[in-house]
Amino acid sequence: MADVALANHARGGAVGAGLRRMSAALVPVVVVVAAIIALWYVACVPMNIKEALTQAERAGAVIDPPSAIERRDASAIGLVFRNSDHIGATFGQERPRLPAPHQVGQELWNSTGDMVLRGRAFSKRSLIYHAWVTLSATVLGFAIGTVAGVALAVGIVHSRVMNMAVMPWAIASQTIPILAIAPMIIVVLNSIGITGLIPKALISAYLSFFPVTVGMVKGLRSPDAMQLDLLRTYSASQSETFWKLRLPSSMPYFFTSMKIGMAAALVGAIVGEMPTGAVAGLGARLLAGSYYGQTIQIWAALFAAAILAAVLVGIIGAIQGVTLKRMGMAR
Amino acid sequence: MGTMETGMQTDSLEAGTEAAAASPVVIEARKLDLTFQTNDGPVQALRDVNLTINKGDFVSFIGPSGCGKTTFLRVVAALEHPTGGAITVNGMTPDEARRERAYGYVFQAAGLYPWRTIARNIKLPLEIMGFSKAEQDEHVDRVLKLVDLEGFGGKFPWQLSGGMQQRASIARALAFDADILLMDEPFGALDEIVRDHLNEQLLELWDRTGKTIGFVTHSIPEAVYLSTRIVVMSPRPGRITDVIESTLPRERPLDIRDTPEFLAIAHRVREGLRAGHAYDD
Repeated sequence: MADVALANHARGGAVGAGLRRMSAALVPVVVVVAAIIALWYVACVPMNIKEALTQAERAGAVIDPPSAIERRDASAIGLVFRNSDHIGATFGQERPRLPAPHQVGQELWNSTGDMVLRGRAFSKRSLIYHAWVTLSATVLGFAIGTVAGVALAVGIVHSRVMNMAVMPWAIASQTIPILAIAPMIIVVLNSIGITGLIPKALISAYLSFFPVTVGMVKGLRSPDAMQLDLLRTYSASQSETFWKLRLPSSMPYFFTSMKIGMAAALVGAIVGEMPTGAVAGLGARLLAGSYYGQTIQIWAALFAAAILAAVLVGIIGAIQGVTLKRMGMAR
Repeated sequence: MGTMETGMQTDSLEAGTEAAAASPVVIEARKLDLTFQTNDGPVQALRDVNLTINKGDFVSFIGPSGCGKTTFLRVVAALEHPTGGAITVNGMTPDEARRERAYGYVFQAAGLYPWRTIARNIKLPLEIMGFSKAEQDEHVDRVLKLVDLEGFGGKFPWQLSGGMQQRASIARALAFDADILLMDEPFGALDEIVRDHLNEQLLELWDRTGKTIGFVTHSIPEAVYLSTRIVVMSPRPGRITDVIESTLPRERPLDIRDTPEFLAIAHRVREGLRAGHAYDD
């Protein structure tokens, strides 16, 4: 490592080396993204060809085979080859089975950046508004889940009884499909007058506490026997051992499990928005899209969720980087 | 065989006591037994261990793996509890002695906290023991000087070499002024050149501070070079087979290891290990 750095330095300074390292990291990412987009466009053709041919026929074009019933039973790939003139139409439909990447991109822009430019960022048609609704439930749920997860882990590590009593239940809780339990949580809380943000946040918390518990149990137990013996030779108490050794040792595990917990919290919030009747949020947007066959809207909402998750996990990653570096624990 | 061993031990113990008649007894073990209950049945880690360590002694424990040398040190530190016999440290039980901060313990790995600077690592026991901030700083300065690490207090462990890290861990063990230093193969993970250097420094430190040191090692030259007494141990069951008084002077340059006197002691240690079947299998 040091030798490489030295050699680079001799060749053109640290800046050049940094740029080279960045481009070395960028190239594989760009290649993979390009491959996915290319594959996506290819997949659009057979997915959308039947609808495209139907529309072309209505517009007066001659299609092979001419009978709609025959086309229904024909293989999509065969149809593509027999009607290659109409391939272009598969990328521009209003309600495609599989929207093309540029259609999704356009919809994303129309419902975010364009809305901002027109000063309607928080209109009900704006994805920013829906993302904000989902984000608030996600962050609140994540906070509850993380606090609960850490508290459980502390209990499990320090108490034999909790270790044996809580862990099986924590694992069992995650084997229940969230889709089954989410409507029940919403209905039960609604019947006692709690609506809106809290029920969704609780579903998020339900999903996100688990990775935090598992990660923190492992992290708090990560100091080896020698480290614990050392503190015993100082007659350190359990709480001193916790604050001075166990907690700092668990930090790398804490951040890793928070990243998983954050992604799980977002899924929980989206699922929590579905049974409420599609009022607001990315989940509502997904559901509304599927009610009305708005595939482009569904995909745009999916991408908005993915971008949101990436940003949230990225923020935790950045905090992790700074914290561990300042703690001298960066790897 | 058994009786002969016991006789020899008693002789040398008494000789030791006479030679250091002025020094008070620091650690005294009588008929110490320790049996671990494992899944494969009971394992006798220590059997009938009798040993007296006086103030200012540098006692090395040498023997193959499983001979109980580390276990004995851990019993002194109250990290293990004997199943038979008696042991006192500064006239107290090991547990009481620990609460009285009787000893500092140095492990094979430095075990410094990566998130603390060297100075704050050394402060770790001081914080737990409730020293004031001013006392902490004063102690840290003093022990850093003792291990030749002045000016490194603000560094993080990863910025130091392995030998320097181990010196920092010795400083941490010295920080709260314990009279006894227990060292469990502290230089075992270091290369021979660094090891020689640290051995020299350790002797100097021992000479300056007058601490009582219990030192576990695998290395015959290391044991002979450092010690005033060498306790030779054997496995299955863990027991003492010989206690050798060193005839070397207190002042020991590194090249003392080539003198006939040094080689004679090393030879006797080797004989002791052989008698205990340490070279079997």
